[in-house]
This record gives sequence, C-alpha cells and structure tokens, in this order.
Amino acid sequence: MTKVKNIFIYVFLSVAAFISVFPFIWMIISMTNKSVDITKGTLLPGTNLIANLKNLFSTYDVGSALWNSFLIAVVTTVLALVISSAAGYGFEMYKNRSRETVFNILLLSMMIPFAALMVPLYRMFGKWTNVVPGIGIDTIVAVILPGITTAFLIFFFRQNTKMFPRDLVEAGRIDGLSELGIFFRIYMPTMKNSYAAAAIITFMNSWNNYMWPLVILQSPEKKTIPLLVSNLGAAYAPDYGVIYTAIVIATLPTAIIFFLMQKHFVAGMMGSVKG
Amino acid sequence: MGLKFKKRTIGWMFVIFSVFMICLFYFYPMIQAFILSFQTGMGSNLDFVGFENYTRLFSDPTFLTALKNTLIYLIFQVPIMIILALVFSVLLNRPNLRFKGFFRTAIFLPAVTSLVAYSVIFKYLFATDGLVNNFLETVHIISEPINWITDPFWAKVTIILAITWRWTGYNMIFYLSSLQNIDRSIYEAAKIDGASSVQQFFRITIPMLKPIILFTSITSTIGTLQLFDEPMNITQGGPGNATLTISQYIYNLSFKYSPDFGYAATVSYVIVILVVIFSLIQFKVAGDRND
Repeated sequence: MTKVKNIFIYVFLSVAAFISVFPFIWMIISMTNKSVDITKGTLLPGTNLIANLKNLFSTYDVGSALWNSFLIAVVTTVLALVISSAAGYGFEMYKNRSRETVFNILLLSMMIPFAALMVPLYRMFGKWTNVVPGIGIDTIVAVILPGITTAFLIFFFRQNTKMFPRDLVEAGRIDGLSELGIFFRIYMPTMKNSYAAAAIITFMNSWNNYMWPLVILQSPEKKTIPLLVSNLGAAYAPDYGVIYTAIVIATLPTAIIFFLMQKHFVAGMMGSVKG
Repeated sequence: MGLKFKKRTIGWMFVIFSVFMICLFYFYPMIQAFILSFQTGMGSNLDFVGFENYTRLFSDPTFLTALKNTLIYLIFQVPIMIILALVFSVLLNRPNLRFKGFFRTAIFLPAVTSLVAYSVIFKYLFATDGLVNNFLETVHIISEPINWITDPFWAKVTIILAITWRWTGYNMIFYLSSLQNIDRSIYEAAKIDGASSVQQFFRITIPMLKPIILFTSITSTIGTLQLFDEPMNITQGGPGNATLTISQYIYNLSFKYSPDFGYAATVSYVIVILVVIFSLIQFKVAGDRND
C-alpha cells in the first residue's frame, strides 16, 4: 500500500516537474531549429541556431532593445534601492508619531493597481513633454521614474532594519560619523543580504515590465525586450526559430540570476510576508 | 533640545524623497483619475458630465464582459492554483522524499520567466496545429484538435492554464517555507493517535498554514484582478471579447480606440474598488491573527 502510494507520488511530481520545465526545453530546442521544423513539432536540437541569431539581430533592433531594458533595469534598481532603503531606515531608526502616520499612508499606495495609474500618469508625462526636455512621453526617463519608489520596498527595508544592530549606530556616532555617514558606511555594508534580495526582485520586475513601457514608449529604437517579444509574437508570418531565439534571450538574465542567487531570490519574494 | 531637533529633521531627510515620489506617482494620479472619471470627451477635450460615466458602466456590454471574464479567471484560477501549490508543498515536505531539490526547482522554474515571453510560448504551444493538440491526439485523449485560442470557452481555459503554470510554483515556495516551521513532532503525535495522512493534512497542515494561504490568496486575487500581459499576448482579448480583462479594456479605451480618458478612468476605479475591498479583507484577517 505504502509502496503504491509512493510510486503515485513520484509519478505525480515527475509529471508536474515535466510540465513546468517543458516550455523551457521546448524554447531552447526550437531556438536551434528552422521555422518549418518547429511547426512540425521537432523535439530534437537542430543546426539553425547561428542562422536564427543572425536573422534576429539583422531583422530586428535587438541590440537597442537589450540595451534599453538593461539600462532601465539597472538604473531603476540602483535608484530604488538607495531611495527606499534610506526611507525604510529613516522610518525605523528615527521613529516619531507623525512619521508613523506618513508611513501608514504610504502603505496605502500598495493597494493602487497600475492599470488605474496608467491613464493619469500618461497624461502627466504628456504635460511634461513640452516643458522639460527628456522627461516626457517616449523617453527612457518616463519609463524609469514611476518605478523607483515603491511602498513595498520601503516596507521591505523597514522590516529588515529591525534586525540591524543599534550598537553599530552608537559606535559610528562615537567615531564621529555623521548620520548620513552611518547610513552609507555602516548600514549599507551590514545589510548587503537585504540589498541583494531587494535588487533581484526590483531588477526582475523592471526587466519584465510590459504595460507601462507599452503605453509610454513609441519610437522603435526605444522599445524594450518584452515589447520586442510581444511584437514578434503578434507577427502574421512568424519565423518561429527567430522568435524562440528572442524569447530565450529575454528569459536568460532572470534565469541566470535565479540559478546564481537562489537564496536571495527567495528572500526577496518572502520580503512581503514578514511582519 | 538641539539634539532632539536634529534627530527630527534627520528622520525627515531620510524619508522625504520617497514621500514626495509616492505622492507624485501614486496619490496625485489617483486624484487626477478621480476628477477624470467625471469627465468625457476625446483626447484632451474633456467636459464634466457628472456621474454619466458611472451609469454608462452598467449599460456597457464590453465592460460587463471584461468584468465577467476577470471574475471567471478569479473564481477558477486562484483556487485551482492554491490547491495545487498546497499539494506540491505537502508532498515536497515529506521527510523521506528523494530528489526533493530537483522537484522544487523544476516546479518553481516558471516563476522566473517574463510574463510576455511565456505568454508567447503558450500561444504557440496551444495553437490549433500546435504541440499540445499534437500530443493529445497522439495519445488519443482527443480525436479532433481543440481550438484553444479561437474558441471562446477554450481560450479562457488556455489563459487559466497559463497563469496556473506561471504562478503555482511561486506560491508553493511560500507554503514550503511555512511548512518547514511546523514542528515535526506534531505529525508524529498525530500518527501515534492513528491519524491518516489525509486527516493530518486537513487537521494540522491547513490550520497551521492558514495565514500564509490567506496571504497568497489575496495577492493572487489582486494580481488576477489586474491581469493584462497574458490575454494581451496569448489571445489579444479575443475571440470577440471572450478573454478581455478590465485592465485590457482600460488600455483599449485609452490607447487603442479613439482615446476616452475620462471613461477609462471610471473603469479603472472599478479595479481600485475591487482591490481595496480584497485588501481590507486581508488587513482585517491579518489583524485578527495578531490579537
């Protein structure tokens, strides 16, 4: 009886694991095949990888899309980490009643769905287009700005600051460091695990962000990777080899981060549960 | 006095930029959207119309379809996914299970994909002449190909399958980490008392995981209410409007049809209200837990 049950469990988990992993195997195999063979459902790797890569890079501006996505994700991550960790630190280390109220109000912003912000943000950036050059519709700055401060990250850093040893602050003060000095020279290096977890989550969200760039970016040379993949997917006469190559390229960065930093990856996910 | 003053100003110094940014990019737009929701017109030629947009909601068949679709996704997808994630986590938490790490990583893997990338893969896999139909025909589960993308019913099924594929492993990780905090001796004691594994699951596991099940249900609910990337890239909302979601309708109203920002803002307040209702339930229950 137990044996039958065990076999059933292994079969069940194997099927689940197979279904979970299959699309990954499929996209990697398809990346190496010709479009015709992919339509036939070939499950064997082919020899068309180089041709697919060449086709993809010569037909579409993948270089700019990669660069744009990378630039947006890195700038967003760096700014978001500095700004939100400073706020999380400030709210936790310098507690007072009025700041507590402000913190609770900020948390309310977590309830606002992005779909509701899309229209007013678009109009806001529309107004700025003619006033401040470089910060309007169809600019990289407009993609970045709304994403660099989130109540989630402030909350995440505040929760993590609770574990930051206060003695270090006193030690810093005795050594004559300014309050800002303590934050940059003591807090930041001590909390590097929290920063790693937050960086992974922020980078991933930014790299995969679709809706806002779709709304705010217009010129082809400013498009990001998800926009490119989405365009390719909607093509009337799709070259599947090329499309799967693009999909693999789009997935690679986050997959690599996951395999290299699994522990921080999960810590970042869990950040929203604590407290 | 001097030190106290300094402490107060320095506290503000650390948080002020964040406060400014969140007001500028969250609260101010929400106020703008609220004002907009009482206006109508094309592009930026807007006139105040009072509650007209709100009454229009009830007689707008596209909106009602989008609302219905979104709620269908919610009612079917969230429970299916949560039950699956629970089952996986309980199985993976068995002390003598082998290849645990492999199974866990494999089932979690979908959570690292970009929503757009996996949507496009699903669109191709579920095409009428795609791999899924080929497979089902080969093993004789079906005799004729299913129109996964172009049939109104199956298109919804495809979307639900896709979201379930993407998020089940993600939710499983939350349950697994909570399960690891449950003392094994509770299960040992239950076993001695003669409780079957099914009884253990319903009498020990489920009650112990209640807070985290609640948390994941609420985040999944809020996520599903905002569903956009998948229907946009798998079905384009079609066939007809069979898979259209509220978020997609807001997008269409603002950027696809001739822009009606006022009415789009009204529709977006429907999502806000739904999200607020579900979030309040979360805070309520989380509050009860702390008491």
